[in-house]
Amino acid sequence: MPKITYISHDKKTNTVEVQNGLTVMEGAIQNDIPDIDADCGGGMSCATCHVYVHENWLDKLPQKEDGEEDMLDMAFEPKKNSRLSCQIIVSDELDGLIVNTPSKQG
Amino acid sequence: MIKTDVLIIGAGPTGLFCAHQLGIIGLSCEIVDNLDKVGGQCIELYPDKPIYDIPAIPECTGEELTDNLIKQIKPFNVDFHLNERVEEIKKKDNRWYVKTNKNKDFDVASIVIAGGVGSFEPRKFPLKDCERFEGKSLFYSIKDKTIFKDKTISIFGGGDSALDWAIELSETSNVNLIHRREGFSAAESSVQKVKELNKKGNIKLFTEYQIDKIIGDKEIELVKIKHDNGEIKEIKSDYVLGFFGLIMQLGPILEWGLNIDKKRVEVNTENFETNINGIFAIGDICSYPGKLKLILSGFHEGALAARGCFKYAKPDEKLRFEFTTTSKAAQERLGIKK
Repeated sequence: MPKITYISHDKKTNTVEVQNGLTVMEGAIQNDIPDIDADCGGGMSCATCHVYVHENWLDKLPQKEDGEEDMLDMAFEPKKNSRLSCQIIVSDELDGLIVNTPSKQG
Repeated sequence: MIKTDVLIIGAGPTGLFCAHQLGIIGLSCEIVDNLDKVGGQCIELYPDKPIYDIPAIPECTGEELTDNLIKQIKPFNVDFHLNERVEEIKKKDNRWYVKTNKNKDFDVASIVIAGGVGSFEPRKFPLKDCERFEGKSLFYSIKDKTIFKDKTISIFGGGDSALDWAIELSETSNVNLIHRREGFSAAESSVQKVKELNKKGNIKLFTEYQIDKIIGDKEIELVKIKHDNGEIKEIKSDYVLGFFGLIMQLGPILEWGLNIDKKRVEVNTENFETNINGIFAIGDICSYPGKLKLILSGFHEGALAARGCFKYAKPDEKLRFEFTTTSKAAQERLGIKK
């Protein structure tokens, strides 16, 4: 199973195995990773599963849809490498993905 | 003091349908919601977006679903208390006493929490410094626009609220509009209008900038904004407005002694009662093994919770299971004339 690493704002690292086909958000929720709220449950309508994608991985992810970029306007401290983790679907290609979680989701 | 059988917290689809189910079995209820309109997430987050998984309705929008639910509960004359948040609950002699932030009191037999993921609150700037000015010269919503006349206003955001206010206030104030990227999520017509006003000099537009610092003693003097490339600009501002949409906060519900698991309230699946007798939780806010955050699940949960409320409202009566198709009592309650 692909391994995904979540790093918190205070540098705590959690690496967990996430099944192919689940989202990076679901991987966090199932493994009790803190700082990902996912209030809307994956509907791209709340921006509380916001993560910063490690620069080495940024180009390997599928492009954002317009709706995701619009939602990121609402996120807490959005940056160039901001993504909604509910829109990143885990696959073998993403084995080793590293994301940083923000200090707050809102 | 308002006396009724059940107080529903949350006017989203789940709360509305629960009111229907209460009405059918002859219980009265009132609904409190922190938003200024009925419909919950359906109205606030996706009024125009389609929903495809409401049983027997192949496609409808959040707004249509809400309108139909309001129509469906019309016979029960349910009172809504909008723009209000439940703050405190107290139990006395098998009744619950509930107080809202507008000091309204309710005396009820049971409470149904249908609060989604909490009440909607404006999203705020990430800077701690902003709190000092909040409500004085920094706002997340506008109540009195006359205070901005002839002043310099810095508006942050790229959605409809930010652009609509930028356009409107530019008629009487100096407006700076600051947004984190080139693109906007607001309606295309507003985006065009803002670009025109920017060309004419009526609105100063700063894209790919975000707030960096806010400077001032009692009142805001200037805001520093930072470009994606690190460049910092200082802009003089009398007022700062932030429009970043709404976020849901559980708020006072956390203090009521309910068992909470990851921002959700634990319930049993027999009648969706919580660990506290007489308090039920339904819809997105409840948690149980296998929970799906679907509107249709909320309807089911509301139907069972309504029956669970019966024994608290009418302890000496027995609730008989009936179909609306054949029940005279239910049809009378629905005001159906034959």
